[in-house]
Amino acid sequence: MSEDSKDLVKQVDSRYSEHEYETGLRVIHEDAVKDPGLEPHRVRMTDQSVKHEKNAVRQVTLLFVVSMLGSAFALYSYFAFPIVLGDMNSVRLNTLFLGLGITFGLFGIGVGAVHWAKTLMPDNEVSEERHLTRGSDEKRAAAIEIINLANQESGFSRRKLIRRTLYGALALFPLPGLIIFGDLGPSVNDKLRHTAWRPGTRLARDPNGRPIKASDVTIGSVYHVVPEGLMPGEHGYLEEKAKAAVLLVRVDPSELIETEERASWSYQGIVAYSKICTHVGCPVALYEQHTHHLLCPCHQSTFDLVDGCKVVFGPATRALPQLPITVDAEGYLIAQSDFHEPVGPSFWDRSVK
Amino acid sequence: MIKKKINGMRRSPMALGIVLFAGLLAVGTGYTAVNAAVSPKGQAVHTAEEIALGKKLFLSNCSSCHGKNAEGTANAPSLIGVGEASVDFQVSTGRMPGAASGPQLEVKPVQFNEEQIAAMAAYIGSLADGPGIPDAAYLQANGDPNIGGELFRINCAMCHNAGGAGGALTEGKYAPNLMKSSAKTIYEAMVTGPQNMPVFNDANITPEEKNDIITYLTYLQNNRSVGGEELGNLGPVVEGLLAWLGLLGLIVAITVWLGAKSN
Repeated sequence: MSEDSKDLVKQVDSRYSEHEYETGLRVIHEDAVKDPGLEPHRVRMTDQSVKHEKNAVRQVTLLFVVSMLGSAFALYSYFAFPIVLGDMNSVRLNTLFLGLGITFGLFGIGVGAVHWAKTLMPDNEVSEERHLTRGSDEKRAAAIEIINLANQESGFSRRKLIRRTLYGALALFPLPGLIIFGDLGPSVNDKLRHTAWRPGTRLARDPNGRPIKASDVTIGSVYHVVPEGLMPGEHGYLEEKAKAAVLLVRVDPSELIETEERASWSYQGIVAYSKICTHVGCPVALYEQHTHHLLCPCHQSTFDLVDGCKVVFGPATRALPQLPITVDAEGYLIAQSDFHEPVGPSFWDRSVK
Repeated sequence: MIKKKINGMRRSPMALGIVLFAGLLAVGTGYTAVNAAVSPKGQAVHTAEEIALGKKLFLSNCSSCHGKNAEGTANAPSLIGVGEASVDFQVSTGRMPGAASGPQLEVKPVQFNEEQIAAMAAYIGSLADGPGIPDAAYLQANGDPNIGGELFRINCAMCHNAGGAGGALTEGKYAPNLMKSSAKTIYEAMVTGPQNMPVFNDANITPEEKNDIITYLTYLQNNRSVGGEELGNLGPVVEGLLAWLGLLGLIVAITVWLGAKSN
């Protein structure tokens, strides 16, 4: 910093404070905009002409009358548009007119009061100077004296044993609280790793639970599937459905790209994949028949259904888990087993078996 | 009428052929009826003239892309087996004949009258079995809107929006708004799976359930939202835009007025 700019800092600082202090890393702009000071007082029209003053009085009065009318209309609406049980349209009318009335009731008071203050009440500008937060030297010295005295009398600096055991006590006392947090709520165990699918469980339509025959699934068809027997109203229905939901699609078998391991997981071009996105668990169900793309509506993750539901776009990082399926003696589609990996988004310890 | 003809030609050499034909027809329709779950039902009977007219219209309007025998070309798919419902859906909504290739065919002013559309549908239907024109009994919107609403939310809402407002898909494709769709087009779309929409055949969603879905959509079409202005039912984007730009703008304007001096 040159001598010139140091002088400038002093000049600037002396203008703003009566205290001496270091400027530290503060950036001083030499070409900063100068403080323009207070605006000159402008005389309002309402102070100059009686006509304008009377107008303002009328406007404020009108706003308060609007408020009165609004409140009266709200009262009227409450009785004129009652909520009739079973008629949703009555709720709409009741809410609308009651709300409009209350709005005008409050709005009129608020705007009227502000308009009154701005146009008719005294408009002398008042300015109050800011002061620094730093206390006076006497006050600072007195505070330090109190702290020193407390240290002396308690012996905090002198008695090392007491001080260190106090530190130890303070460090340990929150720990029991921390470990009992672990007991809040039931243990998750392996719930995230298994779904309601068992070997031989029939694939059923969501929501009516009718099982699906392989012959019912024509090429290009999409079925939204739950395990048979999982019905609404049962305990834990939604939790189980949220894990077990499956999308069933039939494509031309020649279009399927299957690994050797998974060749037996499909049935004549019928494939079943978990509907739960591996990103954050939204239901992936926007299926495009000809591109075979499955799109997640939340964050646009896109999966290629004919290529093992691999991610082709978006934030998901893992393919959708495939449910191995086959048919039973009556031609109904059944699961060969549960999914071979946890469905849905990643979680703590997911890779640990 | 057929019976009368048979009586009249009992000893004619054509009798065997006619009996054979009638037998095949009975087996064929019987098989179709038994298989109604997966294959078309209610295929209407068409006269040869109608099919001939349909073929003529097809050759002059469709064959340049779909091939002279509807076998498909590099530009357009084969229409063999797509069924009458598919032709009726595509042509009666103006999507076909397509104006230009793009991510998706747009709804345009309809190019043909009902008779011509029916003739073209009859011609395509005569090539191979496919989903037929839906039975009017399932287009009455007299089903259960609660069941329909649940089925709609499970099978359709992810693309078409729970309020039927439609929505975006990948690479310029989209699921159209259903608020102006007729019962017939909704039904035909479900059984044929036009463009990138998947198929919802009668084994998946029964005709009665399709009627329930139509009932639900008709209810939405005829009843305004009781929750106030829907803003196109497009959800958080539109609502957020209005809240951030519209309402926040109003708050800023009021704040400016509060701080301004009166003149």
